[in-house]
Amino acid sequence: MEVFVQQLINGITLGSIYGLIAIGYTMVFGIIGMVNFAHGDVFMVSAFVALIALLILTTWLGMSSVALALLIVLVVAMVFTSLVNWVIERIAYRPLRGSFRLAPLISAIGMSIFLSNFVQVTQGPRNKPIPPLLRDVIVVMHGDYDVTVSYRQLIIWGVTAVLLAIFWYLVSKTALGRAQRACEQDQKMAALVGIDVDRTISITFVIGAALAAVAGTMYLMYYGVVSFSDGFVPGIKAFTAAVLGGIGSLPGAVIGGLLIGLIETMWSAYFSIDYKDVAAFSILAITLIFLPQGLLGRPEVEKV
Amino acid sequence: MTLAIEGLCAAYGEIEVLHGISLSVEKGQLIALLGANGAGKSTAIKAIMGLVKPTAGRVLLDGRDIAGEAAHLAARAGIVLVPEGRRIFKKMTVEENLQVGGVVRSAAEVRERLADIYALFPTLGERRRQIGGTLSGGEQQMLAIGRALMSRPSFILMDEPSLGLAPLVVERVHQAIDRIRREMGIGGILVEQNVVIALGVASHAYVLMRGSVVLSGDPKTLAASPQLKEAYLGMG
Repeated sequence: MEVFVQQLINGITLGSIYGLIAIGYTMVFGIIGMVNFAHGDVFMVSAFVALIALLILTTWLGMSSVALALLIVLVVAMVFTSLVNWVIERIAYRPLRGSFRLAPLISAIGMSIFLSNFVQVTQGPRNKPIPPLLRDVIVVMHGDYDVTVSYRQLIIWGVTAVLLAIFWYLVSKTALGRAQRACEQDQKMAALVGIDVDRTISITFVIGAALAAVAGTMYLMYYGVVSFSDGFVPGIKAFTAAVLGGIGSLPGAVIGGLLIGLIETMWSAYFSIDYKDVAAFSILAITLIFLPQGLLGRPEVEKV
Repeated sequence: MTLAIEGLCAAYGEIEVLHGISLSVEKGQLIALLGANGAGKSTAIKAIMGLVKPTAGRVLLDGRDIAGEAAHLAARAGIVLVPEGRRIFKKMTVEENLQVGGVVRSAAEVRERLADIYALFPTLGERRRQIGGTLSGGEQQMLAIGRALMSRPSFILMDEPSLGLAPLVVERVHQAIDRIRREMGIGGILVEQNVVIALGVASHAYVLMRGSVVLSGDPKTLAASPQLKEAYLGMG
């Protein structure tokens, strides 16, 4: 029982990170029908930006308040990563719009390789650690084995919840969100009512990157290390989460992320930690075979 | 305010489908564009909206040439389209569809305009929270027209608004089109297969045949003209 509760706590934490990344995949797929394979590497870049910002703040500037430092790091990572993704869209994807379907996909894979190699060359191939942060835990259940929630986990839950709430409001209640959804449904008609479709697509990449940057900062804080190759596996898992939830569906991305996080941690606890990635990717295969539209993806309601 | 096209040519690949057509419409005036399938009516509309790049000729809005500008700039300039097949945003609610139509306007103007549209089409007001895709064909057509009006346009272009609708609904759509012109003072170009209805609401009509204007004039003269039948039957 204790093991289960503890893994539930860990799984939700990991799942929050996957969910935040998965939104970027699902939004971009929704609006331009492309799987952005560089998204995982954008996430990795954001973790490095967070790492550098954190080291500058704490080591060089001697900032003592961890909470304030983390907040600044989060904002810096979000802004910088958004800018990076905006540039990527402009130079690597937009020129290929209207080209054959595989062209932007190949470009995305190229961009993925470029980003990870760029970070490897400039930051070195080793794991980069951060000084230990917020090691405190709260014991929530006593037993043969104490179940704990760490401060870091609480921060991850809190930040994820707040950002998802802001994001939900943005997409469902604002003119920007309506323009975004209009472009998803019918780009030509969206342009005809006066929506600048190219600009809306750019904003989609910026929002996706900002959420990935939140995930990147949380990932760095949670594990304490990051390396240039950390974009690939979390990226593919978040993509799995988006497919599981139903690609194109925003709530689906979050639910898929949580499920993948839980499946992974539960599998590690009860079966074998060595095969946790196999478990996660088996889910992708099973979903594609038996539920290709995903959990929340559904055929369009239409009346002629 | 005047919307005019002069010597407009357009082509799909190598094939030219518009061979230099000219027409003009004033604010508060409704003109009809008639002709058989493939005559070039829709292409003319698309060229005005920037969906098809003209190969020659000009699209003048109060003397300013807007030919070849990006499609999203037409709405900003004050020209909107009610497209063939309505193309409402099927996964959004009625109200969201209308709000998207007012995307070039401020939030306050959108709220004000929503009330106007609900007054023009009370059904839309009753169904404001309903998902667009679940509306009937006639209601979708009203939504498409309402969405176009949300941006307070100077000119509204309508491509086959009565296509696939029941006769009674067609009647209501055309009453609405007439009210838009009279009460809102908006200029309109109506592309229509149904000649009788089109000539009933328009004050001037152009007949297209194989990409050229072959006949134009006021509805009464046109209705009596034997050439009109020829244009539709593709003879002559």
